[in-house]
Amino acid sequence: MAHIDLPADLPGIRGPMNFRLETAKPINDLVDVLLRGPHTLTPGERELIATYVSSENDCQYCQTFHGAIAAHHLRDEQLVADVKCDFEHANVSDKMKALLAIAGKVARSGKLVHEDDIARARAHGATDIEIHDAVLIAAVFCMCNRYVDGLATWAPDDPDFYRRRAAIVAKQGYHVSIEKG
Amino acid sequence: MAHIALPEGLPGITSGFAFRPETAKPMRELAEVLLRGENSLTSGEREMIAAFVSSRNDCHFCQASHSAAAAHHLGGTYDVVDAVKRDYQTAPVSAKLKALLGIAAKVQQGGKTVTTADIDRARQEGATDIEIHDTVLIAAAFCMFNRYVDGLATLTPTDPQAYDAMGQRMATHGYVQRT
Repeated sequence: MAHIDLPADLPGIRGPMNFRLETAKPINDLVDVLLRGPHTLTPGERELIATYVSSENDCQYCQTFHGAIAAHHLRDEQLVADVKCDFEHANVSDKMKALLAIAGKVARSGKLVHEDDIARARAHGATDIEIHDAVLIAAVFCMCNRYVDGLATWAPDDPDFYRRRAAIVAKQGYHVSIEKG
Repeated sequence: MAHIALPEGLPGITSGFAFRPETAKPMRELAEVLLRGENSLTSGEREMIAAFVSSRNDCHFCQASHSAAAAHHLGGTYDVVDAVKRDYQTAPVSAKLKALLGIAAKVQQGGKTVTTADIDRARQEGATDIEIHDTVLIAAAFCMFNRYVDGLATLTPTDPQAYDAMGQRMATHGYVQRT
């Protein structure tokens, strides 16, 4: 049971977001820009970063939901599982591996990001915006994961639930989390 | 030096904000609602939660600037916020705020570490669901801001006067850019 009186039918972050719409809006706007806005990284790649960080933070709802969105974009559920398990040996670009390594450091602490991590990303073609966004996506999910777990929200078990919601959010955007249905 | 080519001379998070206005806007709006929006917790109390979490995350820019904002909300004195950062259990703040700071400390470690006993303690001291919610989200949001600021190795002023002026602006004008 959640720590506070949240809308009982809504899983994960949708409970507290519908409890407090004033804070839900900027969070959804931020996630929308980072994961769905115009970008040189594909939405699938950016969702992989979100999924990986949520997995490192052991947040069941966020890693399963964003994993489903990543898989929806990339049409590959196995790749998402591989990235969570061991991204250095997963079938993603060297640039993505370098960005995931930076994201993994940020998940533990911003101070852990070293010049060598940045140099590695640059050597594989990462731009400043891509590095900036990898850092910020990782930081944002350190917030979202703590928000979801700090209030003890519930996460559905059924993988199909996440697949269905992923298709809706991939198409319509994150603001649907504060709309009914 | 920052890890990427951020605008020169801007301290801390303001350089990231100037580099990427598209993400700055919702981040500023979130800080504004959480720290300055209508609330049964005062802005001083909420800024202390922000400063406390930033201190636990060892983010100098955020802890110094939000300590200054708290001090300006609390009549210009740093005594209370400094005491909270040193040892909130013995700081001269209400029993409710101590219980909320206890929750914030857990969230800083990881959301799963918050227990029903932590929540019960806050409720016993009179905390409402909104106050508990906002404490969790302020703590979570500063786990984001702190990582953003340090993950890009932004410019960190060392002069306490610089932070005092920043805190005064934050307490007076808030976080949303007015154009």
